Amino acid sequence: MRSGGLAVSGAVLIGVAVLLSGASPAGTNAPAKVEERVEVPPPPFSDGIFPCMNCHANQKPNRTRRTLADMHTDIDLKHAQPQLWCLDCHDAENRNVLHLASGEPVPFEESYRLCGQCHGEKLRDWRAGVHGRRVGNWNGAKGYLLCVHCHSPHQPHFKPLAPKPMPTRPSRNLQ
Amino acid sequence: MPDDDNTPQATRRMFTAKATAAAAGWILTACGPKRLYEVPQATLRQRIQEMEQQYQENLGETIKVADTQPTPGVQFAYALDISRCIGCRRCVYACVEENNQSRNPQIHWIRVLSMEKEKGVDFEHANAYYQPETVPEEGHFYVPVACQQCENPPCTKVCPTGATWKEKDGIVVIDYDWCIGCRYCMAACPYGARHFNWTTPSIPKNEINPNTHYLGNRPRPKGVVEKCTFCIQRTRNGRYPACVEVCPVGARKFGNLLDKDSEIRYIIEHKRVLVLKEELNTLPKFFYFYAT
Repeated sequence: MRSGGLAVSGAVLIGVAVLLSGASPAGTNAPAKVEERVEVPPPPFSDGIFPCMNCHANQKPNRTRRTLADMHTDIDLKHAQPQLWCLDCHDAENRNVLHLASGEPVPFEESYRLCGQCHGEKLRDWRAGVHGRRVGNWNGAKGYLLCVHCHSPHQPHFKPLAPKPMPTRPSRNLQ
Repeated sequence: MPDDDNTPQATRRMFTAKATAAAAGWILTACGPKRLYEVPQATLRQRIQEMEQQYQENLGETIKVADTQPTPGVQFAYALDISRCIGCRRCVYACVEENNQSRNPQIHWIRVLSMEKEKGVDFEHANAYYQPETVPEEGHFYVPVACQQCENPPCTKVCPTGATWKEKDGIVVIDYDWCIGCRYCMAACPYGARHFNWTTPSIPKNEINPNTHYLGNRPRPKGVVEKCTFCIQRTRNGRYPACVEVCPVGARKFGNLLDKDSEIRYIIEHKRVLVLKEELNTLPKFFYFYAT
């Protein structure tokens, strides 16, 4: 296969269709109560971490704001510090879901609704197809990604990348 | 001047000579091989079959050459988010692979310019040869430049053979069989978007993209000019260009300018948009914007 990486990501995502009818957020005055669900690939969990209730079912929730010492020590939270901490997004009672500020539980597959509470402008752009990477068809089915596929929720700043080689400078020696 | 001795006399002999020359010229161009945009459908099919046969013989590869025509009601346009681009050049190499550009000597249809935030969009201080460990660099932003698919393209006007023109869906294309390699178009293009094959393009055999279009990414001969075609072989079939799909930050957007629900229209109506060298009145259909 040529263009290997592209083909792989394409194969994963092209199957994911999106109802474009849901993607006309601007200009409509109607309150966005009924939010159209957007099809996305599965959230990028670390291996073996989900479902969270496998471990948390036997534990009593500790709602005290603290630095975690026993588990999840790999998470270095750099997202709106010091305001946010784990249970602002993760649900204390059912760890398999997230929750909105209203308390409404949200599955990980719809985490964009959670992100959109603070980043509403980004959510609008994302629904319109303007924020975030797209694959597929300009006039048909598109592959969307969740916010967390590019932005780690715990450290959302986009990670720097190594650039591909610079172009060769013009030369007089042509053969 | 009436009494100028050098004024040639209009003689019958000279008239005959000139008339014959004009007639011969007319016959040569009208009866000779036609440019691809004016050949009838059947002849085009035949030409394409010949192309495929020639590729089979010369490259030993089965290359499919499509003749997908423009869709009525579609004007392609592109938008690139300058506030997102991190200058990683993934698009440059995805384009090279998709569009069969020569690897050696190297041809890149996309050129990513690194600019200083203090100076703004300023071509005088742009640098295409940045190579830090990681991008983005502090104090810099990046402006990838390829063909701007102008509505009023200077390049097509200067072509002496009519080998380049704007298609009905707005894509500026080149007929590689009619290009004589004079490179006037390269001089006319204000964006440096056209590139010349100084030698026979070299592409490793296993890297040739066999899905091509007769006005786009089919393998080129030596001595012709080439440029971005909005991935005509993909976009005329409804797909996104290769550079859109590869961009890791989602800075590249593509769609139909005439569709009011398209991403492109959303960007133009909601974001701060600019075009490069607006003062030249080339009317690019490649928009740069700031999403934030």
